[in-house]
Amino acid sequence: MNEHAEHSLEHADHPGYGTFIKVWVALLILTGALVGVSHLGQTYAVWGLLTLTPLKAGLVFYFFMHLKYEGPLLKIVVLVTLGTLLIFFALLFSDVAFH
Amino acid sequence: MTTHATAQPGYPTAQPSYLVDTGSRKGLLAWLTSTDHKRVGVLYLYSMISFFFVGVGIGFLMRLVQLTPFQHLITARTYNALFTVHGVIMIFLFVIPGLPAVFGNFFLPILIGAKDVAFPRLNLASWYFFMAGAILAVLSLFTGGGAPDTGWTFYAPFSLKTGTNVSLAVFGAFILGFSSMLTGINFITTIHRLRAPGMKWFRMPLMCWALYSTSWIQLLATPILAITLVLVILERFFGIGIFDPAKGGDPLLYQHLFWIYSHPAVYIMILPAMGAITEIIPTFAKRTIFGYKAIAFSSMAIAGVGSLVWAHHMFTSGMSSLATLLFSLLTMVVAVPSAIKVFNWVSTLYKGSIDFQPPLLFALTFIFLFAIGGLTGVMQGALAINVHIHDTYFIVGHFHYVMFGGTGFAFFAALLYWFPKMSGKMYSKKAIYASWFPMFIGFNMLYFGMLILGMMGMPRRYYVHLPQFHTMHVVATVGSWFLVLGLLAFFGTLIYALFKGSKAEDNPWGGVTLEWTIPSPPPQENFETIPTITHGPYHFEQESQ
Repeated sequence: MNEHAEHSLEHADHPGYGTFIKVWVALLILTGALVGVSHLGQTYAVWGLLTLTPLKAGLVFYFFMHLKYEGPLLKIVVLVTLGTLLIFFALLFSDVAFH
Repeated sequence: MTTHATAQPGYPTAQPSYLVDTGSRKGLLAWLTSTDHKRVGVLYLYSMISFFFVGVGIGFLMRLVQLTPFQHLITARTYNALFTVHGVIMIFLFVIPGLPAVFGNFFLPILIGAKDVAFPRLNLASWYFFMAGAILAVLSLFTGGGAPDTGWTFYAPFSLKTGTNVSLAVFGAFILGFSSMLTGINFITTIHRLRAPGMKWFRMPLMCWALYSTSWIQLLATPILAITLVLVILERFFGIGIFDPAKGGDPLLYQHLFWIYSHPAVYIMILPAMGAITEIIPTFAKRTIFGYKAIAFSSMAIAGVGSLVWAHHMFTSGMSSLATLLFSLLTMVVAVPSAIKVFNWVSTLYKGSIDFQPPLLFALTFIFLFAIGGLTGVMQGALAINVHIHDTYFIVGHFHYVMFGGTGFAFFAALLYWFPKMSGKMYSKKAIYASWFPMFIGFNMLYFGMLILGMMGMPRRYYVHLPQFHTMHVVATVGSWFLVLGLLAFFGTLIYALFKGSKAEDNPWGGVTLEWTIPSPPPQENFETIPTITHGPYHFEQESQ
């Protein structure tokens, strides 16, 4: 492997500070939005939690935990796990939402 | 030709048996620090059988209490503690880890042609987690406010309020969860990475498929229980109010979270049992398994659909009508892959050259008892019936048919099947046959008696009973005496064989999977050279001629 290729691989494995800072700012904005939404009432707070929190977690997985730079197998495993969680949520809501 | 098909019994090896201490440590210390998967399996075996007999003793005592309608033997509170501890010990310390931890650890690497599991040190650590969890659970009986009295399900809000030592018991279960998850990770990695050359997915013995699907459930479902139990502890110590209705919490949420793990756990318990039965039947029918892929996929289907049926434990808990309908439907669906397995086992036996040996007797007993357990389960999946029999002895009877008649008898069948390989000794077949009779008769008197009591309306977990239930209670209690007698004779025979048994042949049953191509007991690294596999696992030469 030549020096250039090694450098590219290293670059792919380790995103620059710029990316991290952008993601961090996005997380701060989402947190602010979540706090704001929670003041609008319980329904908004619940929907805010259910949508914005997974988005934040997704950003952390994708950039900070390097999921973006992993192979397809690991991405599929994570997606299967998330899919399982979503099915659990849906079945749970078939009870909670129709009490 | 494949190595394992051509290998003769007594596969030559220069390695000593795994029972011989060759390292610097000797005796007990050598066992407690060994990362050999076979030794770890044996450590699990001895610990679990010890816990099993504690559970049996408590169950026996509970049946004695029900011998008379009004009680003088123990107090009501002690009775509550007994059924809780019986459940916790049997479920968390015997049935859930039973087959995967013992036979999975011992045989998975051998069945796929590997020298060990993928993470041997993690494997030993799993056993230490198991023992730590077990010790905490046992300590909870004698410390704090005494043994938990909530039932093994630790339902909120009672588990949040009771003064008994629930916190330590659930912390024990939390630690046990780590053991389960680490074993799951280990087995999944082992199956993916360490299969012998040529051992494609559909050339694996079906026990491996069963362990693979079980491992995924262990990995995906156990964290949910762990989190739930931590929430119970936080609720008890800090009153966070997530399950306590007095603080705006939802006790139904506890039941959901508990059963999201604990129903798939039923499949953690039964799938490896089905895997063991699937190994035993072709060996004694001397023919290949009927419907290999159907069995393999049904294991995965049970793991998948079985994870989506948890709320059928909660039909009378006040769930929404939509949820009850949905979970009832899904419960019916999960019966399909289970039935596929039963049909395939029976079809394998059809026109086979049956060699009737003790492991087959116990395997057939498993099919019979599991069929009763399964069918009574489908009955409960139907909403209208469930409302009437919920929380009665019918549930207790059904559960014991599946867990004891199913997993328990499969465990015994697997033990009889692999005992000569594991120990290098052969037991007295006559003594095993003799022990089967009281076990089978006693089992059915005890648990079919419970099914009848349940249909009559006897509620579960009651300290006393009304006179109209008395006759069946006496029948069930007498059944428990026969059952315990049979169990003592069964394990007595095996323990005797361990010390005084004749030397076992390397392949006493004429099996064709890889474990039968190596010496009994297996050498330390299993194989002199890793075998190359060229065809499926149940290739009987006499059948192909």
